[in-house]
Amino acid sequence: MAKRLATRRINPVPFILLTVFLLVFLAGVITGEPVSVLQKAKKVCLSCIGIG
Amino acid sequence: MELARKWVQIITALLTNGYWAFPFTRNMYQGPLKVVCSPGLNCYSCPAATTYCPIGAFQQMMLSIQFNLEFGKYYLGLFVLGCIGVVGSFLGRIVCGWACPFGFIQELIYKIPTKKKWGVPRILRFIKYGLLLLTVVLLPLLVVDAMGLGEPWFCKYICPAGTLEAGLPMLLLKPDLRAAAGLLFSVKVVIMVGFLLWSIKASRPFCRTACPLGAFYGLFNKWRVVKMHLNEDKCTKCLECHPVCPMGVKFNESPDDADCIGCLKCMNEACRYGAITLSVGGIPLRSIDIRTKSDREQQKSG
Repeated sequence: MAKRLATRRINPVPFILLTVFLLVFLAGVITGEPVSVLQKAKKVCLSCIGIG
Repeated sequence: MELARKWVQIITALLTNGYWAFPFTRNMYQGPLKVVCSPGLNCYSCPAATTYCPIGAFQQMMLSIQFNLEFGKYYLGLFVLGCIGVVGSFLGRIVCGWACPFGFIQELIYKIPTKKKWGVPRILRFIKYGLLLLTVVLLPLLVVDAMGLGEPWFCKYICPAGTLEAGLPMLLLKPDLRAAAGLLFSVKVVIMVGFLLWSIKASRPFCRTACPLGAFYGLFNKWRVVKMHLNEDKCTKCLECHPVCPMGVKFNESPDDADCIGCLKCMNEACRYGAITLSVGGIPLRSIDIRTKSDREQQKSG
């Protein structure tokens, strides 16, 4: 089993992407975007769904 | 495995649309959970929605960038982009196969017994990338009014999920809104009905041709943590994996295809040679060998 795992190459790219997007997410949190997202998500935007 | 996938789809749809008091309150959920990202396409103006739609929220951030910058607010959509980026780099389009309510609706409609003779031409799959770039990013960002505010082009002019999950329920809940539903809403209803009727004849037509969220997640399919692999040594090129794929992917020809939604049908229902495996971070979880005894003997002999 250990030999099988050792011979299996782990691709680092997904983990790099994961880290980058985690940092992007944190940057969004630091700039206060969640409050803005929440404010907009709480309201029914009728023109956004094609009414009015 | 297919049963497990169905249960995950049902549970996700119920969790992201868990506000069932709306028929009594006659309003949508407005609580703090709306700061949580829905992994799949799920309109946050749906009265039952408890989470935000990543495509809707990202457009809202894009269309107000210029306006916000004028007031010194640096809201660039990083929070939403980060959320879907983390989900995408971990799962890619597996989200579409397991956790998208609108994909689930199309799958249910496709179960209506009829001759499934309409396919989805492969060339049409490129439309969704154009929609992602134009209607979700560029047009909301660049076409702005005097105040510096743009419009959510995809939600406003196209999104059939929004029409089904938010537009129609809102008109039912609030009769006074019906007068405001004009030509644009009629066009959106035609788009929605078109995709739903197409779903009777073809598998997941919206996901394959027009979903910008699927297009975004698909960009990660080659580099996601949870991934499907093809063992070329075991593959006999029997092509059994082709007809079972709901997205029209020819897995043995393009195992990293951007349209693979990780439903695992090719692995569990088609491949009899254990050539398809699911891995996490490069470590295989399982490989199923469902060959019959005669299959094995046949392969051994020749």
